[in-house]
Amino acid sequence: MSDTQTAPLLDTVEHAAATPDVEQPWAELGLKVGEYANIREIIGRRPTIAELAMYSVMWSEHCSYKSSKIHFSLWGENTTDEMREKLLVGIGENAGVVDIGDGWAVTFKVESHNHPSYVEPYQGAATGVGGIIRDIMSMGARPIAVMDPLRFGNLHHPDTQRVLPGVVAGVGGYGNCIGLPNIGGEVVFDDCYQGNPLVNALCVGAMRIEDIHLAKASGPGNKVILFGAKTGGDGIGGVSVLASETFDEGGPTKRPAVQVGDPFAEKVLIECCLDLYAAGVVDGIQDLGGAGLSCATSELASNGDGGMQVELSLVPLRDASLQPQEILMSESQERMMAVVEPKHLDEFMAITDKWDVEATVIGEVTDGDHLVITWHGEVIVDVPPRSVAHEGPTYNRPLARPAYLDGLNAAGTAELAKPQTGEEIRAQLLTLLGSPNLCDKSWITDQYDRYVLGNTALAQPDDSGVVRVDEETGRGVAVSTDCNGRFAKLDPYAGAQLALAEAYRNVATAGAAPLAVTDCLNFGSPEDPGVMWQFREAIRGIAEGCRFLGIPVTGGNVSFYNQTGDVAIHPTPVIGVLGVMDDVSKRSGSGFRSDDAHVYLLGTTRDELDGSEWAHVVHKHLGGLPPKVDLAAEQALGRVLVEAARTGVVEAAHDLSEGGLAIALAEACMRHGVGVTVDGLDAIGADAEGNPLDAFTALFSESSARALVAVPAGHAAEFEAMLGDVPHARIGVTGGRDLDVIGHFSVSVAELKSAHEFTLPAVFGA
Amino acid sequence: MRIGVVTFPGSLDDRDAARAVRECGGEAVPLWHGDADLKGVDAVILPGGFSYGDYLRCGAIARFAPVMDALVPAARGGLPVLGICNGFQVLTESHLLPGALIRNDHRKFNCVDQRLVVENASTAWTSDFEAGQEITIVLKNGEGGFVADEKTLDTLEGEGRVVFRYVPDAQGRNPNGSYRHIAGITNERGNVVGLMPHPEHAVEEGYGPSLDGRGFFTSIIKQTLESAATA
Repeated sequence: MSDTQTAPLLDTVEHAAATPDVEQPWAELGLKVGEYANIREIIGRRPTIAELAMYSVMWSEHCSYKSSKIHFSLWGENTTDEMREKLLVGIGENAGVVDIGDGWAVTFKVESHNHPSYVEPYQGAATGVGGIIRDIMSMGARPIAVMDPLRFGNLHHPDTQRVLPGVVAGVGGYGNCIGLPNIGGEVVFDDCYQGNPLVNALCVGAMRIEDIHLAKASGPGNKVILFGAKTGGDGIGGVSVLASETFDEGGPTKRPAVQVGDPFAEKVLIECCLDLYAAGVVDGIQDLGGAGLSCATSELASNGDGGMQVELSLVPLRDASLQPQEILMSESQERMMAVVEPKHLDEFMAITDKWDVEATVIGEVTDGDHLVITWHGEVIVDVPPRSVAHEGPTYNRPLARPAYLDGLNAAGTAELAKPQTGEEIRAQLLTLLGSPNLCDKSWITDQYDRYVLGNTALAQPDDSGVVRVDEETGRGVAVSTDCNGRFAKLDPYAGAQLALAEAYRNVATAGAAPLAVTDCLNFGSPEDPGVMWQFREAIRGIAEGCRFLGIPVTGGNVSFYNQTGDVAIHPTPVIGVLGVMDDVSKRSGSGFRSDDAHVYLLGTTRDELDGSEWAHVVHKHLGGLPPKVDLAAEQALGRVLVEAARTGVVEAAHDLSEGGLAIALAEACMRHGVGVTVDGLDAIGADAEGNPLDAFTALFSESSARALVAVPAGHAAEFEAMLGDVPHARIGVTGGRDLDVIGHFSVSVAELKSAHEFTLPAVFGA
Repeated sequence: MRIGVVTFPGSLDDRDAARAVRECGGEAVPLWHGDADLKGVDAVILPGGFSYGDYLRCGAIARFAPVMDALVPAARGGLPVLGICNGFQVLTESHLLPGALIRNDHRKFNCVDQRLVVENASTAWTSDFEAGQEITIVLKNGEGGFVADEKTLDTLEGEGRVVFRYVPDAQGRNPNGSYRHIAGITNERGNVVGLMPHPEHAVEEGYGPSLDGRGFFTSIIKQTLESAATA
């Protein structure tokens, strides 16, 4: 055979069958030898170039979850019937959907766009936002808010100056232009993220329950419509290996691997989709994200009950030179695929015309069981869609508890020098307030529109983002995302549960009853048994924690390979918790509002400084064991906080987390410029021997399940009656212009603010 | 009392503007960019957003929308028009108001609760305020720097057509580099007002920094009712 010299321009199925021995670039496309053999076995011949391209992207770690899905059984095993009842749509669809009452359904999900954002910060972050919004749209919902948990390397590293401003501008540029309020998220700095910044994006959407849509292609003869932006050469990534083989002289040879976003096109697409849903002309719908048409066609067909036939030359192109396999792989943004009954076709097209959205029938659902794709009539793909979309390889990768953990866990903070005098505590408080993780983030968050749509009841820097869903009743949702990667490094099981606990607590602090969970699991290489062990422990922690709290995981995302050389990031399982409120105008803000309110500390304070922000900032130390997880205490605390907001007896509530009580007090003072006199520090907490905690430990310990609340004096009795067995101490009273810790130190709110607000503008400019 | 709210592709605060009209007792009438038809409304709001993506100069394409063919002559004839943020940009591009809006001097999008001074309380949209009154409403834009030549600025000030100014910070800076701290202006007749900040985000308790935005909508509703009564 001499086909390699006389290869025809088009590698059809017929040609592939006749030329079984052609060498194929499966390795360059990231497939393993066994995976390539598996593909040949499934389709009974060598794959065409187009088929190879499809399998390679759909069987990638990103699309197939091949290293992680073996552990997903932990979700199901830990989801009780009671939890399932809250789920209208569970894991596996574009996003999970929960019932929030009064006929309303809410969908939310967090995803990563880490690697593209490192390569090209602006477009990487922008298309991360755009991608998650399309996931939410494809459930039938109107997107109502976004959040963005971000993690960067050292604030003062030169590359952070490249990555951070670009990521922030990208998140803002896309979100602002598409018109979704950005209501929160996180900004964390740690050296471990220097070469692997984490750009996670969360979107929330709302719809009436009857408007839920699913990604499936059913009903032979129904039309498959591609609509939205034209398809270009962006985001093709590894497939350029194929492209360069077949391109003619003068054609482009290298394609950008990072997609380019057009938020205006997506804004129009949102309004267009909502009109299409309202008209009832959409039978199935899928967004085009990772793996583009390969993913949309194979998933729609796989989820349906028949086959699908697509003529690829009908796809509208931005670049006429694209080869069929490139069209299949392109990750051009702002595209959707719908399955539409023929009788609704005209109405569908009239609506897309109204919005000037290009829509093209590119195929139809068939009564076969194969996905068949032609190029000018010649068959270039003929595969069982499930084998592409859902039956990719599964790896049970080796896992092992890292050897370094014993030493790390043994090196706690007991020996570290601690401040002794009030003046020393005061100085360290100011140092912490200005440190990268605790400083004022408004240089970043002021670049995001938090008001658009007019339903924002709470946004950063408060503990949760809160938005109204029903404009008549005020019913709405609160969302918070959290993760302390240092805790997860010390103990991934406990660290994941602490992230869950913090997000749960933040939602409750705002006054919302926690309802559901999404997660973005950011880890190093799955080929490292230590990382795989961390991953397994984290999933187990989240799943068992959710079971205890009775709130289901509705979906999420796994991001592996966040590592540079042998050094992985801290395990960073970002947890998003969504809660519901009957009337979001009753939410609790985090800042003291008026003088003479009683200030209570709720929860138990222990001597827990290992992994704390204090140890990180003051001693650059990480070691020991994370704070105790007490989910029963979180539940009890949550019930009090929700009840207190509902009845209106609190005027401020603030979660305690990084930096402990000291930072929580300072933040509550700075929010509205109202001070506090703390006279009850001695009344809180005890060490393991039962001795009272010293002032420093009481102020900086990061024990979980705690919150600070301010209660107007007239409501104090009513509030205390709600507390039940939740440990509490009345530690002070609001008023004045100072944070005054009697017997230890005093600092003006103005001085707190100048320490707090200086940091980011000093690095990035005013 | 019917107030039209125009939706261009890429308009974002159109639903908010319509809600604000309803909250203050008016009827909001959706107007579509592609229809040169004002549906007989008593006043028009051009809302915030990124019309047509604003990839070119902000408002430069919206100016050519069919609805503007109907709106421009109506505004010249005295129809009250309020341009908020992108709407202000559309008004300057349409030459219904002088000057231009350029990129913020710090080159970043900026979303803040902004203090303003009401300088002219006799326009169609500000009669419920008092001259000199300070209000706090939302400012959020990337291209909000108001610029004009010296002569135009002098004319605006001389004729009392500066409607709002930013309250500068301790260093004497305003949030986007606007000349003479100008946040909003009006035309000679006082029926067309444009400003960068967003009154529609300050009309409901619990959603926004204040209720100061209500004055815009109550002003126009009262004025229209009065002119209907005297007509």
